[in-house]
Amino acid sequence: MDQILQVFLNPAIVERFWPFLLRGFGMTVLLSAAVVPLGVASGLGVALLYSLHRRGLNWLVIAYVDFFRAFPPLVLLLFLYGGLPFLGLDLPLFATVALAFLLNNSAYYGEIFRAGIESLPPGQAEAARSTGLTRWQTLRWVILPQAVRNLLPDLISNTVEVVKLTTLASVVGFSELLNNARNAQALTYNATPVVAAAVLYLALLWPLVRLVSRLEHRSIAVR
Amino acid sequence: MDLHRLVYSFFNGEIAAHYWPDIARGFGVTTLLGLAVIATGLAAGLALAVARSFHLRAASLLIVIYADALRALPPLVVIIVLFFAFPYIGVSMSAFTATWLALSMVLAAFAEEIFWAGILAVPRGQTEAARSTGLSRLQTLVHVVLPQAVRITLPPLTNRMIAITKGTALGSVVAVHEIIYYASSGASEAGNPTPLTLGAFAYLVLFIPVVAVSRWVETRFAWKR
Repeated sequence: MDQILQVFLNPAIVERFWPFLLRGFGMTVLLSAAVVPLGVASGLGVALLYSLHRRGLNWLVIAYVDFFRAFPPLVLLLFLYGGLPFLGLDLPLFATVALAFLLNNSAYYGEIFRAGIESLPPGQAEAARSTGLTRWQTLRWVILPQAVRNLLPDLISNTVEVVKLTTLASVVGFSELLNNARNAQALTYNATPVVAAAVLYLALLWPLVRLVSRLEHRSIAVR
Repeated sequence: MDLHRLVYSFFNGEIAAHYWPDIARGFGVTTLLGLAVIATGLAAGLALAVARSFHLRAASLLIVIYADALRALPPLVVIIVLFFAFPYIGVSMSAFTATWLALSMVLAAFAEEIFWAGILAVPRGQTEAARSTGLSRLQTLVHVVLPQAVRITLPPLTNRMIAITKGTALGSVVAVHEIIYYASSGASEAGNPTPLTLGAFAYLVLFIPVVAVSRWVETRFAWKR
């Protein structure tokens, strides 16, 4: 037991690498803070394009969403990371990583918003339009408030997925939490940094996971 | 940026011809890994949900903690802990086993939550009626509750299965010889991203039909709100 603690949760190592891990944690939060709002906004854009119901456009939206749903995010990241320089585009690492995650999760957020908007009865939009609201006003004041309320569990759970996704950035050497933890592990020949990173991820995401479970069970209960 | 250079970099016929057998081998490993993860993950998730339906307080609490933790932990972290951390206490496994086990554990956690939600969604009267006709608890579960529960859980379950099988790409980090492993080692060996294009194409071939099926399942078995 003592030996397990030495290897998995060694206080001396935690103490020594804590600042380094915290810096990684900060980058994880920063990357998420960049990718989540941009993803939500572009996802909403994708869903709004779909709500215009132009046949060609809808086909394009579905193709975009399905393409990125079928494409593993790690493959997308490696493709951009390895491929963009060949196009003569030398983006900073942060931008490459953020772009890959943004393409991936704009499709996911888009699909969530699209399903939410489509699930509302058409009578809602018709009634709103017939009271004289413009298309835009209908969307802003009638459709979106209802759609977002129904979608809250899905939106939060996708956000959890996006934060978990940021660990992939370690594969291209972006110094977020997992990357720093693995470097520390390699330096110390000890598993403690990786275990400590796992604990930090749990601390960040567990509350959100709980929240999603509560919201989902509540929506089943009222059904 | 001229077209010729683009084609030379990303769609280089010579390099593609050289590397596609590797990618095909990786395709086999990815498929095998994905199927193995789905089989064990779903079975374990269903078992956990059934165990939870017996309402034993201690067991239910453990299951909820397990499901929460593995839904909150990034799958790559789970893989790395299994593959790099467990050898320190004398438990080592191959990269394939570590990836399979980690992804199965994650899928089991999500599947448990989904099946559990499905079981809860079946009205209590169903169970009561089945029990009063003389079916045992287990018979009620197997013949009455689960068939209805599984049906309504199909759309979220297929989405989760797609997500987790895409996670097989994470195996490349611990050098499982799947598609992206061959694609990225080929790309750095050739100094040309064409193998990555091939790899990307292989994933699309594998997953676009799956995503299409999931769209069909979604409309066919949608939750009735």
